[in-house]
Amino acid sequence: MRRITITAASALLVLATGCGAADMTKQASPFADARGAKTVTLSVQSWVGAQSDVAVAQYILEHKLGYRVDTVQVDEVPAWDALSQGRVDAILEDWGHPDQEKRYVEEKKTISRAGDLGVTGHIGWFVPTYLVRQHPDITDWKNLNKYASLFRTAESGGKGQLLDGSPSYVTNDKALVSNLKLDYQVVFAGSEAAQITQIKQFAKEKKPFLTYWYAPQWLFKKVPMTEVRLPAYQEGCDADAGKVACAYPHTPLQKYLNTGFAHSGGRAAAFLKKFRWTTEDQDQVSLLIADRKLSPQEAAKTWVESHPSVWKKWLS
Amino acid sequence: MATITVPSPRRVALPTSRAARKLLTLAVAAAILVPLANSRGASAAWPHHLTVGLASPLSSASNWVIDNRDTHPLFLYFFGYISNAVVLTVRAVYLALLAAGWPGVTVLAAAVAHRVAGTRLAVATAAAFLACGALGMWVPTMQTLALMVVAVLASVAVGFVLGLGAGLSDRLHRALRPVLDTMQVLPAFAYLLPVVLVFGIGVPAAVLATVVYAAPPMARLTALGLRGADPEVLEAVESLGATSRQRLLTARLPLARRELLLGLNQTIMMALSMAVIASVIGAGGLGDRVYQALASVDVGAALAAGIPIVLLAVVLDRITAAAGDRGDTRQAPVGLLYALAATVAVALAARLLGRLDWPAAWTLDFAEPVNRAVDWMTAHLYSGVPVVGGTADWAGHFTTWVLDPLRDGLQWLPWWAVLLVVAALAWLIGTWRTALTAVLAMAAIGVLGVWEPALDTLSQVLAAVAVTLVLGFATGVAAARSDRVERALRPVLDVFQTMPQFVYLIPVVALFGVGRAPAVAAAVVYALPAVVRITAQGLRQVDPAALESARSLGATGRQQLWQVQLPLARPALLLALNQGVVLVLAVVIIGGLVGGGALGYDVALGLAQGDLATGLVAGAAIVCLGLMLDRVTQPTERRTGKGA
Repeated sequence: MRRITITAASALLVLATGCGAADMTKQASPFADARGAKTVTLSVQSWVGAQSDVAVAQYILEHKLGYRVDTVQVDEVPAWDALSQGRVDAILEDWGHPDQEKRYVEEKKTISRAGDLGVTGHIGWFVPTYLVRQHPDITDWKNLNKYASLFRTAESGGKGQLLDGSPSYVTNDKALVSNLKLDYQVVFAGSEAAQITQIKQFAKEKKPFLTYWYAPQWLFKKVPMTEVRLPAYQEGCDADAGKVACAYPHTPLQKYLNTGFAHSGGRAAAFLKKFRWTTEDQDQVSLLIADRKLSPQEAAKTWVESHPSVWKKWLS
Repeated sequence: MATITVPSPRRVALPTSRAARKLLTLAVAAAILVPLANSRGASAAWPHHLTVGLASPLSSASNWVIDNRDTHPLFLYFFGYISNAVVLTVRAVYLALLAAGWPGVTVLAAAVAHRVAGTRLAVATAAAFLACGALGMWVPTMQTLALMVVAVLASVAVGFVLGLGAGLSDRLHRALRPVLDTMQVLPAFAYLLPVVLVFGIGVPAAVLATVVYAAPPMARLTALGLRGADPEVLEAVESLGATSRQRLLTARLPLARRELLLGLNQTIMMALSMAVIASVIGAGGLGDRVYQALASVDVGAALAAGIPIVLLAVVLDRITAAAGDRGDTRQAPVGLLYALAATVAVALAARLLGRLDWPAAWTLDFAEPVNRAVDWMTAHLYSGVPVVGGTADWAGHFTTWVLDPLRDGLQWLPWWAVLLVVAALAWLIGTWRTALTAVLAMAAIGVLGVWEPALDTLSQVLAAVAVTLVLGFATGVAAARSDRVERALRPVLDVFQTMPQFVYLIPVVALFGVGRAPAVAAAVVYALPAVVRITAQGLRQVDPAALESARSLGATGRQQLWQVQLPLARPALLLALNQGVVLVLAVVIIGGLVGGGALGYDVALGLAQGDLATGLVAGAAIVCLGLMLDRVTQPTERRTGKGA
């Protein structure tokens, strides 16, 4: 009796999964499309700017277009992989991953480009503005060694501390420190949350710090920071990861969709392709989320209600 | 309990002289091997020519998988099916839970709890589920529950089959035991990378990592239950002419009921903790909410998602524990039918009333007051507190005066000296087998080429274990000597033991800044409950007659403690040390997310950048480190299970 049940169950499983090969490019999330609702799965990266993109897109998809939205937090590189397999439908803010773009967009064609987000991202080294008032020449990398003792902490030992963030972020800092012969130690906070907490603590006591940071970012509104000028960026100067000795580029942030979703995603896909806003818009939402501690949904609602002219264009 | 010790030919020898003999043997071995080792590499670090570069084969393997995943038959006809089966079953459970709605699920859970454990637990269960809804976490809770149901069923099935094999066949038992022992000491973080490589980010990978993590206790306890069956009963059954199959079904399995249910209990607890950590690889649900909240430094929101996890854990723990303790009554099916009928009725009623979703108006805003409290704490305690100094100052001093010297000291020691110390410690506490395993594991770390970061991690573990033991033994002694302290401590310990490790990370960063000190602090908080528990239990189990005679000889309370209780509780204290080390390692690794650096950072980097070469090597090194630490602190008797 039991054997029959098992046989029947496995036969059912085989039938249900479709005879023959399993399609590894259509691996939807098991939580998608529950109860007949059409679902869009968005990848949220760990920084707040990306959360703002997703929150606003989610609000419009749910309240204006009648979709159900699932969000999954995945790091940047694995998110490409998940997008290629259809586990997520869209990445709304990508900071430039040439290797992945080549592999998935050009070779495998499982991912499609979906245009600019409208925001330009820039990574750099920053010091707090109150420090620049005391030492105006600190914003040139050539003077950093002179001030290394200011940035000393328990973690960096005898050297100055360069605070870095999450391991998932694009960074050349270790190579930069050694190639520019700086008397600094890169200390990885391990996550952006940890890094922000640390920066806020430094700022509250007006202590000097040097940190890897990026714009647009809401933290600038809370802790004014000034960029340290590194040797200017030139096309291709960061090609060899070990020999980088120049600043980071300015990157227009990109959106990407799963190819299948881009073709058959209906109004949701059309909307996500048109989704495009400015740095100020994104910062407004980010500040609501991270500083006033509104939930992403509430922050998105506030923004959407006060900016109809911006988002109406995305739906036309 | 299957205590397998190496039979020592001269049991009567005094422990001291035995220890001396072990050390002497080791010294002789060292005298021969050290000059040899020194000629191979005289530097303090592991000699470079003894390492094996795994980076390029690993990255080419990873590239091969990504390039062939959509086309290769291995994936299309094997892994693809596994993945689809997982997605389908999780989905089915999830839809069923959603269809029952919050009234249905709550009623079902309460009815099952009532059936198994009585009215009080039923009320508590219902309250716990309603609290999940009130925190605004109903849907994520159901997602986690769906994933858990599938993962636990699969773990129990796999564990039961393995345990059955090991319980019936001696050869299989001998082969499986070291594997299961080892799997039990591995930090959860080390499991994630290999499954991600094959299945990619998402629910299937999360479920499989959970099964691999949670199946061993079931296997181990099933085997234990089958082997522990009373031989006289078995003989009686055999003499009645039962076939071996009948013997198994009518005698051995029912006799092993307690162990089976204990196995289920442990499997559920481990699956829950893994389901949270697996949010790093896209498990979704509550763990994902914790992870997302931590990204915006929102301790309140992280707690709001963390509390349902704790509630689920406490409820599931109590229900399965009660099932294990209950006598063998056999009318469960009828009761469960009633429960099911009630659930269906409630679900239908809710559907007719259109109340399947948790009403938005019934949610509490919990995050804000918590965040205000956290802000106040960091504002007032961080730095410049008169006399005692702020928490950040402590962290700085701890780093400069404890962690740095410890790390530099370990890295300054020649590599063969480290191996020698490991061997000596392991042999003194355990047997020559554990010593050999420990030394080999440590050497493997060197061969993998991550000697320096591994020693960095080791220094953090040692510092955290030292702090944990001081605090844990002190609290444990207090709890053992006063019933009131123990009663007050019990719920606190329960909650702290089931909190997801992630939630600890952000408050410690707020208090101690970024670096190794907060990683150590989180590890201490995580490992403390188990240590306190085992210590208190051990002290309480000391033979009352021995205490009585000490008292009659006029010993003061202090003398009783130091000269009678503590020496007699030595096995329990060693067990506490062993558990402390294993738990501390697990969190120190996760501390890589808050600046702990070293191996934990490498694993996080591997996951985050899809850089499997770095991540897998670091993961393997963590495995070796865990193995080494476990074997070094392993008392001769084996322990029963993870946690207390």
